[in-house]
Amino acid sequence: MSTTTSLRQDIESKTKAFLSEEFEVDAELVRPEAPMKETLDLDSLDYVDLVVIIEEHFGVKLTADDFAKVRTFEDFFDHIEQRVAKS
Amino acid sequence: MSGERVVITGMGIWSCLGKDLTEVEASLRAGRSGIGFDPVRKELGYRSALTGIVAMPELKGVLSRRQRVGMAEEAYYAYESTAQAFKQAGLEGDIFKKEAVGILFGNDSSALAVVESVDAMRRKKDTTLLGSGAIFQAMNSTVTMNLATIFGLRGINFTVSGACASGSHAIGMGYLLVKQGLQRIVLCGGAQEVNPIAFGSFDGIGAFSVRESDPTKASRPFDKDRDGLVPSGGAASLIVESLSSARERGAPILAEIMGYGFSSNGVHISDPDINGQVRALNMALEMAGMGASDIGYINAHATSTPLGDRVEAQAIDQVFGASRPFVSSTKSMTGHECWMAGASEIVYCLLMMHGGFLAPNINFEGADEASERLNIVQRTTDHRTDVMLSNSFGFGGTNSTLIIKRHDG
Repeated sequence: MSTTTSLRQDIESKTKAFLSEEFEVDAELVRPEAPMKETLDLDSLDYVDLVVIIEEHFGVKLTADDFAKVRTFEDFFDHIEQRVAKS
Repeated sequence: MSGERVVITGMGIWSCLGKDLTEVEASLRAGRSGIGFDPVRKELGYRSALTGIVAMPELKGVLSRRQRVGMAEEAYYAYESTAQAFKQAGLEGDIFKKEAVGILFGNDSSALAVVESVDAMRRKKDTTLLGSGAIFQAMNSTVTMNLATIFGLRGINFTVSGACASGSHAIGMGYLLVKQGLQRIVLCGGAQEVNPIAFGSFDGIGAFSVRESDPTKASRPFDKDRDGLVPSGGAASLIVESLSSARERGAPILAEIMGYGFSSNGVHISDPDINGQVRALNMALEMAGMGASDIGYINAHATSTPLGDRVEAQAIDQVFGASRPFVSSTKSMTGHECWMAGASEIVYCLLMMHGGFLAPNINFEGADEASERLNIVQRTTDHRTDVMLSNSFGFGGTNSTLIIKRHDG
């Protein structure tokens, strides 16, 4: 298993775990093609909490501009993977 | 003062004596103390690690994440007591869309939430990493903000911060609004956090009992060997409603609120003052259209501090010396529930009124010069009491007295 594959799997499994535990979302719904905002039913305050939890788990801080580029969970995983790889 | 007659149609409680009315009534009858020892407080440098032991509600699965995230500890307690009160009053479902029910809660701190967010700010140096709930947990109005949103309340909505009389003043304010016809139903109550962060500064002024070797004996209001109060907390809720609304709805009527007396001492920030207390007592009696001899039982504020209990005993004796009604301080069992106490002690009174008993002032083993003039209930007494009075006094010299009466239809 390559390091990249391992990192990707780690991001996906951590994301499913904290969304399931903290955001009380069915982990089965967190699929790459699923739209993130609609699946999580995010309002403006939820984004504040999402920033905190992402920072806690991945050590990177997302901004509103970052979220604007994220439509699906795949977009999200890609974004986190790139940021973590750079950090 | 004319106007609408005002009644209580529901109540709920979450305290160190139990998590519902049944458990709490059993504790009151048994004279059971809810006080214990919290070793964390010793690590933080408390003089006294004594505290009421209050269970933390589990609301995951009951409320959504969005509903819970802004709730501080005391709001958790208040949700539980309020759900009980609404259920008893028959206030559920669509009624909140039809009726603009109000909310007035006594609360005067949310220290743990403030400290946690400040700690996070110092650690992260970035306020956007504090989370969305920090602000809604940190405000004194955390209870009223959250419960109004959760239950869909559309009437009056604010928090009363009146130190250790907060809960009593909240009921008094609700009573006045309903009496004036401005509200038909107001959820009133008091809530108090119980965590080790919340009470450090209170402990620091030497107000707490240091009888740590015997926690259940530490809170001993009116006893000659009392050495201070024991902090405690939880939440209590009461549904304050106009008699006409209660009758229209066919709601249970637990009691009628007859009078609310209030005053400010204007003398000292922490010491009590007999003149202010007597003015509140007389104002409540006058509003109720009653004389001192009409009062059958007084639930005293008495917190077990040497000075506070003495001055209250003198005030009670000055007003009620001729009739000598029964007196007890349920704080002997609960400790001092602070912001919540004025509301919880009305719940305790109602449980006694309907249960046909008077709860004991436990640990009263010997009177001093002031308390020997009172008719203190020393053990659980079977007794029908129709009119009860509850005192609540707080820092800054704020005083509140409520009078409730059995409702006979």
